[in-house]
Amino acid sequence: MTIAFESLAERLQQTMQKIKGKGKVSEADVKEMAREVRLALLEADVNFKVVKQFVNRVKERAVGQEVMKSLTPGQQVIKVVNEELTALMGSEESKIETAPKPPTVIMMVGLQGAGKTTTTAKLANYLRKKKNRTPMLVAADIYRPAAIDQLNTLGKQLDMPVYSEGTDVSPVDIVKRGVEKAKEEHHDTVILDTAGRLHVDENLMDELKEMKASVNPDEILLVVDAMTGQDAVNVAEQFNELLEISGVVLTKLDGDTRGGAALSIRAVTEKPIKFAGMGEKIDQLEPFHPERMASRILGMGDVLSLIEKAQTNVDEEKAKELEAKLRNADLTFDDFLEQIDQVKSMGPLEDLLGMLPGANKMKGMKNMQVDDSQIGKVEAIVRSMTKQEKNEPKIINASRKRRIAKGSGTTVQDVNKLLKQFEDMKKMMKQMTSQMGGKAGKRKGKGGMQFPFMK
Amino acid sequence: MSFFKKLKDRVTNQTDSVTTKFKDGLQKTRDSFSEKMNTLAAKYRTVDEDFFEELEELLISADVGVNTVMELVDELREIAKLENVKNSADILPVISEKLTEKLDFTGDDSKLSMNADGMTVILFVGVNGVGKTTTIGKLAHHFKEQDKKVVLAAGDTFRAGAIEQLGVWGDRVGVDVIKQAEGSDPAAVMYDAIHAAKSRSADVLLCDTAGRLQNKVNLMKELEKVKRVIQREVPSAPHEVLLVLDATTGQNAMAQAKQFKEATDVSGIVLTKLDGTAKGGIVLAIRNELDIPVKFVGLGEKVDDLQPFDAEQFTYGLFQTLAEEK
Repeated sequence: MTIAFESLAERLQQTMQKIKGKGKVSEADVKEMAREVRLALLEADVNFKVVKQFVNRVKERAVGQEVMKSLTPGQQVIKVVNEELTALMGSEESKIETAPKPPTVIMMVGLQGAGKTTTTAKLANYLRKKKNRTPMLVAADIYRPAAIDQLNTLGKQLDMPVYSEGTDVSPVDIVKRGVEKAKEEHHDTVILDTAGRLHVDENLMDELKEMKASVNPDEILLVVDAMTGQDAVNVAEQFNELLEISGVVLTKLDGDTRGGAALSIRAVTEKPIKFAGMGEKIDQLEPFHPERMASRILGMGDVLSLIEKAQTNVDEEKAKELEAKLRNADLTFDDFLEQIDQVKSMGPLEDLLGMLPGANKMKGMKNMQVDDSQIGKVEAIVRSMTKQEKNEPKIINASRKRRIAKGSGTTVQDVNKLLKQFEDMKKMMKQMTSQMGGKAGKRKGKGGMQFPFMK
Repeated sequence: MSFFKKLKDRVTNQTDSVTTKFKDGLQKTRDSFSEKMNTLAAKYRTVDEDFFEELEELLISADVGVNTVMELVDELREIAKLENVKNSADILPVISEKLTEKLDFTGDDSKLSMNADGMTVILFVGVNGVGKTTTIGKLAHHFKEQDKKVVLAAGDTFRAGAIEQLGVWGDRVGVDVIKQAEGSDPAAVMYDAIHAAKSRSADVLLCDTAGRLQNKVNLMKELEKVKRVIQREVPSAPHEVLLVLDATTGQNAMAQAKQFKEATDVSGIVLTKLDGTAKGGIVLAIRNELDIPVKFVGLGEKVDDLQPFDAEQFTYGLFQTLAEEK
């Protein structure tokens, strides 16, 4: 799995690398950089108008003015790009409004197939788990076959009430009675799942306006597929103009899309992206951190996200220990096993790896894919080692290898591969942590570096 | 412009209803695209760097894809230089000719390949939310109209409500749906469906699968397995593997096409949701870079709003205003 924005980061970094080596930025450099930035952003599906503005701002600021003594001109360009990117992405983490008089009404809108129904359930789960709210769901998609069944099934999975009236009633009436029902039953939050519709379908857009007028939502969230291309701007503009949305949920961000739509939507609506859908499971909805995303674009990694993630799933002490181990590259196979267990409970490995600084720069990490079935094999091999072997992998000689292979039901080649990869991984940890420490140094990724569980 | 005339003549000879449907569905595309082309010609009377830059942006805004656009614009630069074209109006026909060239006009591979002696099995693949189930419903209707016996296989056992959704389409169109419980093995559903369809002597079996992002290794392996099971039961099958693409998707559609092709040897594309403002320009890029033909386009929400792809119709729709003005 590749990480959203990874290729964008890579592209920018390549250009920056060229400039970084120089003591002085010439106008030709700025021009070349601007061209690279432009291409990268376009390839990432950022709307071409947004790209134009962005590149012009960077150019203006990069040439002349604001010269700082502490930075080389190359660093300064990077700083400018980072600042502009951060500014464009917005600078705040967003929250869900609370109505002064409950229930808080949240309306989900968007095109067909963006993921409204799934996001409705994910958001309800999130609000209950993290904010102690008691949501009720309302099934107002009467058009798509079995959309109500879908929400009902999700409601059952979550053990959460779903209000529905079938497909023969006007959605405007359904949401109105749904909100009344929520009030009667003392739910503090009610989430309305509406049908997907084209932003140019006047009748259906009017229907949304009527719904808005009748229930007066506290939040109107536009659900947008992160893979959307240039059209994202039209969609966001239209929904915002007609409904005045309060925020955006970006879905399918666990794909390998570069997600430039996020930048475009921010730029044209100036509404915050509040959440990101990061997987098919019901708990894979995360608050969207624009400032972290911007730093991720520039390859500075997302250590904060990693630590936060570790805190919710692993106890804090263990997380610190893990972090220290990562830093010191002081791994034994025992730690390794423990990490596999903990990491497994933290969610998909590729998510975590993507948050590590520099991970997207390593050769072989590009288009990285993690094969979960390999983890079992790795575990078996490690568990077939003696305590001493786990602590000092160096002592593993040919006959030990044969024994380990036999014990784990694998081959000597498998054992060799794991040992090699384990060493590579330790080296890489060292490289990454030295980068984190701010020392520029030589940071060449080893060619074809692989984690033991990568395909 | 002889090119446009030829195109127009050939298109007008075709059935009007299809043309109208195409025209309506592509209204948005055509309006904005050709409008911009004309504005471009008016704005830049001379062919210079500004003109090419604007052209680049126009094509990029249609999601054609950066590589394809750069390639195309470089070719045009070359032509303009060689033939000493100064007037922007003179280069417009060259632009459309180049575009249609890239779409590949031969069009032989844009027809569905059907099994001449026995049941035709079509497998549908794609990422989440592109419209696989809806497309199957529409295509079932399409085959039913041709008096074919159709059976549907509810292979999306993952997403909540997916089986019910296909069930509704089955009722609507009047065809049988073979299904198992949610969460069961999709390969097992296919096995069942093939035998059920055979015993009912069906002509066509349409196999739904769960949407999956192309970078999920395990899910792509599952899809490979589904295809293997189909192949084992009917050696010549699947006769088509159709990748369903959402026209609003940007550059990631290329990655989707690549990965799904690698896993399941995709034989064609269904481009859905072309009735919005999305330009569908990605068709060009995919044809150009991966040589996967588009077989159907989704032009609306109604059951008969799925149309066989016709490169000439498509191009005519894109350039209609231009064609009529010239």
